[in-house]
Amino acid sequence: MNLFKISIANLKEKKLNSFLSALLLTLGIGMISLLLLLNKQLDEQFRRNIRGIDMVVGAKGSPLQIILSSIYQIDAPTGNIPLSEVNTLKRNPFVKTVIPLSMGDNYNGFRIVGTNESYSEHFEAKVSSGKMFNSTMEVTIGSKVALSGTLKIGSTFASAHGLDAGGDVHGDKKYKVVGIFEPTGSVVDQLILTSLSSVWDIHEHAEGEAHHEEHEESVEHHEDEKQVTSALIRFRNPMGLIALPRQINENTSMQAALPSIEINRLFSLLGVGIETLRALALIIIVIAGASVFISLYNSLKERKYEIALMLSMGATRTRLFLMLLLEGLMLSVIGYLAGVVLSRIGLLAFSRAAEKDFHYSLKEFSLLPEEIYLFAAALLLGILAAALPSLGIYKLNISRTLAEE
Amino acid sequence: MITSKNLHFSYSSQKHFTFPDISCDDNETLLILGQSGKGKTTLLHLLALLLKPTSGEIHIANKKASGISSSEATNVRAQNIGIIYQRAHFASSLSVMENILLPNYFAGQKQDRDKASFLASELGFAEHLEKKTNQLSQGEQQRVSIARALMNNPNVILADEPTSSLDDDNCGKVIDLLKKQSAQIGASLVVVTHDQRLKDEFTNSVFL
Repeated sequence: MNLFKISIANLKEKKLNSFLSALLLTLGIGMISLLLLLNKQLDEQFRRNIRGIDMVVGAKGSPLQIILSSIYQIDAPTGNIPLSEVNTLKRNPFVKTVIPLSMGDNYNGFRIVGTNESYSEHFEAKVSSGKMFNSTMEVTIGSKVALSGTLKIGSTFASAHGLDAGGDVHGDKKYKVVGIFEPTGSVVDQLILTSLSSVWDIHEHAEGEAHHEEHEESVEHHEDEKQVTSALIRFRNPMGLIALPRQINENTSMQAALPSIEINRLFSLLGVGIETLRALALIIIVIAGASVFISLYNSLKERKYEIALMLSMGATRTRLFLMLLLEGLMLSVIGYLAGVVLSRIGLLAFSRAAEKDFHYSLKEFSLLPEEIYLFAAALLLGILAAALPSLGIYKLNISRTLAEE
Repeated sequence: MITSKNLHFSYSSQKHFTFPDISCDDNETLLILGQSGKGKTTLLHLLALLLKPTSGEIHIANKKASGISSSEATNVRAQNIGIIYQRAHFASSLSVMENILLPNYFAGQKQDRDKASFLASELGFAEHLEKKTNQLSQGEQQRVSIARALMNNPNVILADEPTSSLDDDNCGKVIDLLKKQSAQIGASLVVVTHDQRLKDEFTNSVFL
C-alpha cells in the first residue's frame, strides 16, 4: 500500500471519468504532435529538394505549378517550352547550370523524366548497381521505383501517357532499365530518369504517326523545334535573381518561377489551416485540463469523508494532497504517451496516402525536441488541474466532516 | 491509558460543552452514555485529538496530549489511537485488505499482512479480504473497521456508536469482539453511545 497504488485504485474506481480526461488529453497532444511532425517533415522534404535550384523556367502559367511539377513532381506541368530558348539561357552570364527536364509519361505511376546527367549530379544521386542511362531508351531508376518490385536491371517496359498510372500505353517502344540509384531522400528516389532523346523519340513517333495521317507537313516542323517541359537553373551569383526572372517573363515565351518564394507562398497558404488545427488542439487540451479539474473536484467532494478518515488515521494533509496530485499527473502521462503514439499512427496513415498519391514518404518517428516541451506542458497541466481542487484538503475540517457523514 | 480533566469545548458562544472527567486505564473499558445533543461525538473527537478543547487537559499513554501542535497530534493519533465510527467508512477504491493496511502505512509502520489476515479470521471476515468494502454487510463492515483500528496496536481504542446501526445479534457480537481484542493488546477501550443495550456490558460508565 502506497500513495501510487491508492492513486491508481482511485483512477480505476472512476474509470469513465479517468478515460474521458485521458482521451481528451490524448486527442489534444496527438494533434499537436502530428502537426509538429508533419510540419517538420514536409518542410524538410520541400527544402531538401529545392536546395541549389535558384530558378525554374517553364511554359507560361502558374509559377507555383511550375515549381510543384518540375521540382517535386506532384503537379501537372504547365506545358512545353522550346529547347532553343532554354539553350539561349545557358549562354547568359548570370547562369551557371541549366538542367532541362521533359516529362509526360509514367510507368505504374512513377514519372519518367527525360533529362541529362547533371540532374542526378545535382541531387547527388549515385548509381548503386548497373550504370547511368547513356543512349536512347535506357533508363536509370530511383530506389523507391526499384523497391516497388516490378523493375530490375535488364527489364524492359512500355511507358504510359500522362503522369498518373493508367494512361494510354506507348506499346511499340520499350524502355530498358540499365541502373538503379542509391536512396537519396530526394525526389530522384521516385523517378525513372532517361535521356531527353528517349522522350522525344517516343512522342515524335507517336505524334508523328498521328500527324502523318492528317497533316503531312507538320512532321518536318516538329523535327527542328525540339521541346522540353522545363529547366532547373542555378545562378552564378545572386545578381541573377534580380535581373533574370523579369527578363525571361518579359522577353521570352517562358515563365520564370523562384522556388524559395513559391514554397514560402505555399507554406503560408497551408499555414492558415495548420494554425486553425493548432488552435483546435490547444482548445482540446484546455478542455482536457478542465475535465481533469472537474473529475478531481467531484471525486474530492465524494471522497471528503474518506479523506477525513485517512487524516484521522494519522495521514498528513500534504501526503493526501500529493496523492491527488499524483492522480492528475498519471492522467497527464497516460494522455501524453497515448497522444504521441496516436500522432505516429496518424503520420503512418498520412504517409501511406502521400506515398500512394505522390510517392513521398514521411517516416521519421523519433521524438522531436518540441515534444519534450509538450511533455512538460502536459505535466504542468495535470499538476495545475489537480492542485486547484486538491488544495481543499488543507481546509478540510476533519471533525465536522466525520460528524456530518 | 487515557484521562481527561476539566474538558471544555464550545462551537460558538451559545453552544458550550463541559465534560465530566474521564479515566480509563490500560486493559480497562469505559462506557460513556448520553442522549443525542449532549456532545458525545464532540467528546470523542476531543479525546481523539481531532478537536482542540477550549480548556482542560488530556493525557494519552501517560503523555500530555492537549496543547500540542496539530502535526504532533496527527502523530499521536497514528501511533496511539484507533477509532471506530458509527457507520464504517472506507477508502472505497481499495480492497478490504488494503483498507486494513492503511493505518500501518499512514503511521509509517511495516504493513503487516499476516496480522491483518489473523485479525480477519479472528473477527470472521477472512473470506472477504480481497473484496471491495461496499460488497460487505453492515455487520461485516463494522468488524473490518475494528480490525483496522487494531492494526497499529493502539494504546487507546475509541468507538463512536459502534453498534447503533446493527441488529441485536450483530450488536452483541461486535461488542464482544471489541472487548476481547482490546484486552488482547492491553488497550483502553472507550465506547461512546446512546445505545442502552450496552449498559450491562460495561462495569465502568459515565453519563453525559
